[in-house]
Amino acid sequence: MIWVNVLIQGILVGGFYALFACGLSLMFGVMKVINLAHGDVAVVAGYTAVFLAPQLHVAEVWSFIVVVPIFAVAGYVIQRTLIQKSIDRDPFTTLLVTFGFSVVIENLLLAIYSANGQSVNIGSLIGDSIHVSNVIYVSYISLTVLIVAIVVLGALQLFLSKTGTGRLIRAVADDREAAQLSGANYRHIFGIAAAIAFATVALAGIAYGMMTEIAPTSGGINLLYAFESVVIGGIGSLWGTLVGGVLLGIAQQVGAQINPEYQVLAGNLLFLIILGVRPHGLFGKKSAFS
Amino acid sequence: MSSPAESPPSSHADLLQVHELSVFHGQLCAVDHVSFSVAHGEVLAIIGANGAGKSTLLRTIAGLHQSSNGTLNLEGREISKLAPHRRVALGVALVPEGRRLFATMTLEENLQVGAHFARSGPFSIAKIYELFEWMPARRRQRVGQLSGGEQQAVAIGRALVTNPQLLLLDELSLGLAPIVIERIYALIPEIVAHGIGVLLVEQDVTQALAVADRVHCLLEGKTSLVGTPAQLNATQIERAYFGSELSASPANGGAA
Repeated sequence: MIWVNVLIQGILVGGFYALFACGLSLMFGVMKVINLAHGDVAVVAGYTAVFLAPQLHVAEVWSFIVVVPIFAVAGYVIQRTLIQKSIDRDPFTTLLVTFGFSVVIENLLLAIYSANGQSVNIGSLIGDSIHVSNVIYVSYISLTVLIVAIVVLGALQLFLSKTGTGRLIRAVADDREAAQLSGANYRHIFGIAAAIAFATVALAGIAYGMMTEIAPTSGGINLLYAFESVVIGGIGSLWGTLVGGVLLGIAQQVGAQINPEYQVLAGNLLFLIILGVRPHGLFGKKSAFS
Repeated sequence: MSSPAESPPSSHADLLQVHELSVFHGQLCAVDHVSFSVAHGEVLAIIGANGAGKSTLLRTIAGLHQSSNGTLNLEGREISKLAPHRRVALGVALVPEGRRLFATMTLEENLQVGAHFARSGPFSIAKIYELFEWMPARRRQRVGQLSGGEQQAVAIGRALVTNPQLLLLDELSLGLAPIVIERIYALIPEIVAHGIGVLLVEQDVTQALAVADRVHCLLEGKTSLVGTPAQLNATQIERAYFGSELSASPANGGAA
């Protein structure tokens, strides 16, 4: 029974990892940019939910309705300015710029809000759970986040495969120049992809703040888990990212069951094994998002 | 027709006016003060050896390279500073060398990308399916599963559905069997019949002469010969193609 619980908890946390990771995967697939500030964007979203929602007289539970669109717009603007400028130089510059962006965000948050953790207040929801048996508890919030993750990934997959704009995103990912020759302004398409990435990671950041505490430095470790989910699942496959997140979550829970100190280690081991055995991930393709 | 290099860029009959165009790749002058024009419904072939600047010229007209000198006029409008997607909106379409299809997409999706920003005009996806009768049955296949000739047809279709006024064709014959090349070139009269001007780059001189109204030969970025296929003989073309000193000193044939 304990191991069933391990499996269930792993799947629940894995859904969160996938939600956190899908924007990272999208930006890498489309712009070939590894956004090292991805985790910090999530943290800022969490802080925005905590501090902006009361000002707007929105319950913190519903703060995502305001915060997610703000981050979508911010993603578009940051892509069209900061990130595009560094893409125009060379790929290495994007690493430096997004790393610098990450450092700036962390330090600003520390300076303004101190190192204390913050939580998105969801009232009694935080403690509620379904008691499946004596050992198995499924918390409502974790279950909600898993469902949200599946819905978001499914909607994103549908958007990319069925809509005209989604098709253009895939076209730009395949061959930027050929997409331009078909009339697409690739910078605008990049902006749309970044808007989606920032919106999804903002949602993940708020979810994180609901499930636990966010601190200014929470971005880094979550970026690592997101990165591991993407690599395990395979770059360019959204369902792969979900599977990757779930496998990472299960590995961590198994590790934690053996010895609480092994939680992170077990996840990293799985990541290393996958990198060694299948470097392009379980569902990775040569090119992205088909 | 015999001296288009001197004509000023003003005539309304002309679709595209290229005047004194120069393009650099770093230090190298790939296109050196080249001038020519293309009229509606006309086929102009640019011929020349490897590295003569043909592809660079087409890519510059499409907006993928910046020119450092000269003007590009499309129906009297200067386009040389516009981004590639803006030129597509004005009716310039390039079928790039190596076809450059969207590899993860199906045949139909490739055409849909072309049609997304299409101008109004005669070419719809349905029209492309009429032009290439084999396509509808295979429209759900990934383009990677198609043969080279079929991929070239999809690339042409993807350019045509944007409803261009000017169609730029870069090395259509590259890597294709002669019979396939012949079939693809047989489409050009149909395209031109819609008033579309065609500017094509071709290493296969025989093919270019067969299809073109006029021929423009480049040698190391400079115009070396212009004329109609009927006016030109093999010796003239050979000289313009390889440089006049070819037979005297082969060492001089340094195509970049």
